[in-house]
Amino acid sequence: MTARLLPFLDDPIKPAPPTLVTITVDGTPARGVAGQSLAGVILASGTLGFRRTSVLGRPRGVFCGIGVCYDCLVEVNGQRDVRACQRRAVDGDVITVQHDRLPSGDVA
Amino acid sequence: MTSDVIIVGAGIIGAACARALASAGVGVTVIDRGTTAGGTSSACEGNLLVSDKGPGHELVLAQYAASLWRSTVTDLREQLGDGFPSVEFDPKGGVVVATTTAGAGSLLEFVAGQRLAGVDARVIDAYEARGLEPDLTARIEAAVYYPEDAQVQPTIATEALMASARLYGARLLENTPVLGLLLDSAGSLIGVTTPAGELLGRRVLVAAGPWSGEVAGLLGVRLPVRPRRGELLVTTRMRQRIFHKVYDADYVGAVGSDDGALQTSSVVESTGSGTVLIGSSRQLVGFDARLRVEVLSEIAAKAIRLFPFLADASVMRSYGGFRPFMPDHLPVISEDPRMPGLWYATGHEGAGIGLSLATAELILDLMLGRPTRIDAAPYSVARASLAPYLEAVA
Repeated sequence: MTARLLPFLDDPIKPAPPTLVTITVDGTPARGVAGQSLAGVILASGTLGFRRTSVLGRPRGVFCGIGVCYDCLVEVNGQRDVRACQRRAVDGDVITVQHDRLPSGDVA
Repeated sequence: MTSDVIIVGAGIIGAACARALASAGVGVTVIDRGTTAGGTSSACEGNLLVSDKGPGHELVLAQYAASLWRSTVTDLREQLGDGFPSVEFDPKGGVVVATTTAGAGSLLEFVAGQRLAGVDARVIDAYEARGLEPDLTARIEAAVYYPEDAQVQPTIATEALMASARLYGARLLENTPVLGLLLDSAGSLIGVTTPAGELLGRRVLVAAGPWSGEVAGLLGVRLPVRPRRGELLVTTRMRQRIFHKVYDADYVGAVGSDDGALQTSSVVESTGSGTVLIGSSRQLVGFDARLRVEVLSEIAAKAIRLFPFLADASVMRSYGGFRPFMPDHLPVISEDPRMPGLWYATGHEGAGIGLSLATAELILDLMLGRPTRIDAAPYSVARASLAPYLEAVA
């Protein structure tokens, strides 16, 4: 699967010209347009997996995309447990990937 | 198809009984209207507790069960192999905290009785309590440490017991509701009827948790098991900050009460996946599973009283279930003298996960006519305290 942002001139619903926003994900800039969710910006920047599981070290990112699964939790500007799929991206947002070790310790 | 025993209910009680019987060579068929661990066994916390039980028959059963869990977990792992998910057996111990002076008085009195009954209950001071649980409230009037308390992941434990039972030869029929008893011309029990046809068996064991009253009704007898609703909150995964099962001393009063109105009492613990489980509530509302925000809000407020840092925790979801409530607070583990061949293993209220293994051993010994390890009479359906509830025959 690839995620991409449709160039607004090609968008059949003819939206107003977009306002660009830039966020950082663990220090790496990602650009999107105002109105996108954090998950949307991250996906369109080409990143599908932004954290890893504790036991097998497998990549995880957006799973349900509608706020139910809590798989896309990230820290936003110092606030933990934000669902990337439910928060609109604001220019300058600093996203930090969350990882808490399992009580028994991580395997991966 | 003929079995020695037909078990109605594929929750942890049915699974544990199936495993005990099948491993002893008894022919077992388990039927459930849904799937394995589809009811209360997957809607609870997986408590293996002695701490919340005062001296009496439930404590005796809990102590018997506590002596079985560790070796059973080892046996299951050896039998099922490393490919089967872990049952997450965690002998973490319990810490009970009183945050008021009145609560402290009743807690210490309760503990004195438990110690006489052989419970390892250690009164600790506030400094020691915060040594065990560094993030505990500073408002500690009394605290007790119970090293014997433990936890399992209840859904996996049920699945593991059922998988083991099947390896011993038990047969499982899911999505197969029981419709009624099958009787011969003399009126003796010879099996059950289901939509898939008749199942023949000399004995029928009802292990349908909170639905046991309904099942008994279908089988023509009255059994006073009622559903008692409970709800829980689950936080997002976090750095481990809670290390034992921690609860407020008023939980014991809620467990033992008869009150049908809402009662909440704080029970907080971490799980193997890094989330925190926050309970608990008790309410007699039939099988009404509607979300009750006022219950969740009361549970959350009380948890913060024990662990102030939880005020900033994120709640990820809530879930609820129904406990099989008995009017005299004891499970029923016996044959029914009103209908020879009809047996019960039900009514464990909130303690069924822990009590399952001991219940299964009692059922096995009783069915085989062997002496039981503990006196089984207190759990008989014919006990005096149940008589008033059995009079009306459905």
